[in-house]
Amino acid sequence: MEISIVAEKLFTLGTFPVTNAFLIGVIVSLFLILLMQKVVRNKTLVPRGAQNVIESVFEALLNLIESVTQDKKQSRQFFPLIATIFLFVLFVNWIGLFPGLGTVGLLHGEGSHATIIPFLRSTSADLNFTLALSLITVFMVQLTGITALGVVHYGKKFFVSPFHKPYGIGTLVGVLELVSEIGKTISFTFRLFGNVFAGEVLLTVMLHLVPFFLPLPFLFLEIFVGFIQAIVFSMLTLVFLKTATLPAEH
Amino acid sequence: MEVESAKLIGAAIAMGLGALGPGIGLGLLASKALEAIGRNPEAQSKVQTTMILAIAVTEAVAIYALVIALMILFA
Repeated sequence: MEISIVAEKLFTLGTFPVTNAFLIGVIVSLFLILLMQKVVRNKTLVPRGAQNVIESVFEALLNLIESVTQDKKQSRQFFPLIATIFLFVLFVNWIGLFPGLGTVGLLHGEGSHATIIPFLRSTSADLNFTLALSLITVFMVQLTGITALGVVHYGKKFFVSPFHKPYGIGTLVGVLELVSEIGKTISFTFRLFGNVFAGEVLLTVMLHLVPFFLPLPFLFLEIFVGFIQAIVFSMLTLVFLKTATLPAEH
Repeated sequence: MEVESAKLIGAAIAMGLGALGPGIGLGLLASKALEAIGRNPEAQSKVQTTMILAIAVTEAVAIYALVIALMILFA
């Protein structure tokens, strides 16, 4: 039973190491892209089949976004980023539950030290992916704030002059806001990584202890956790996007 | 004391103590949310959505402790 925090390398493409988490991420992206392409190409006014399901999911997401932003135009603007984050993180969390987690893979090593490098490992259980996603999110939040308010007004939220009303406390609060942006990045990263990786470790241990029936409640828990983490990531992104477009209060 | 045993004790303490705060916090959260729903059953979906969000953020603190424990054990 091999548990490693770092995603294991399967093979190398030139000098680029392809890890199992990366492979799964590419497979899920291709799946989503091909699915959406198939639906868009044959779209009809009255939706049937796959188009119906996807339209209902999108509508639910749009309503959820609108309930937070209270602004139709802004919801349309935020929708692509939020929906992509939600769908991709959801599928990548759930694909780690397929049969073969931690068990099906490449043999590595000799004789008694032989271990298995599993093929299936959730992409969100790779710190690189969650860090990249949270960096993208925080960057998009700053960009949205700057396009909505202008660089000077947006900067006024963080760099408050100590000569105006709050006299010094304003400056401190501004610096605190700046630091909390970095804190948001780190918390996004570790929340998603921790939840999914801990779930995988839990499932691996349970499957090694009692392979029949006992892991069932843990599988249900993991389905639930994967769904909740996708929702939480997108909802938090949405809330930060919304507060970035609000002008600084006095 | 050998490094191996120190690792085991360290991971156990990290996770054990790290789960105290979020555990209490989650209990408080859920109880207030239930109270709010009890007072005003019509607002159930709004309260529930906010509660789920707040639960995930509070849970994250316990997850940070878990990540530290796993790093101590496996890296």
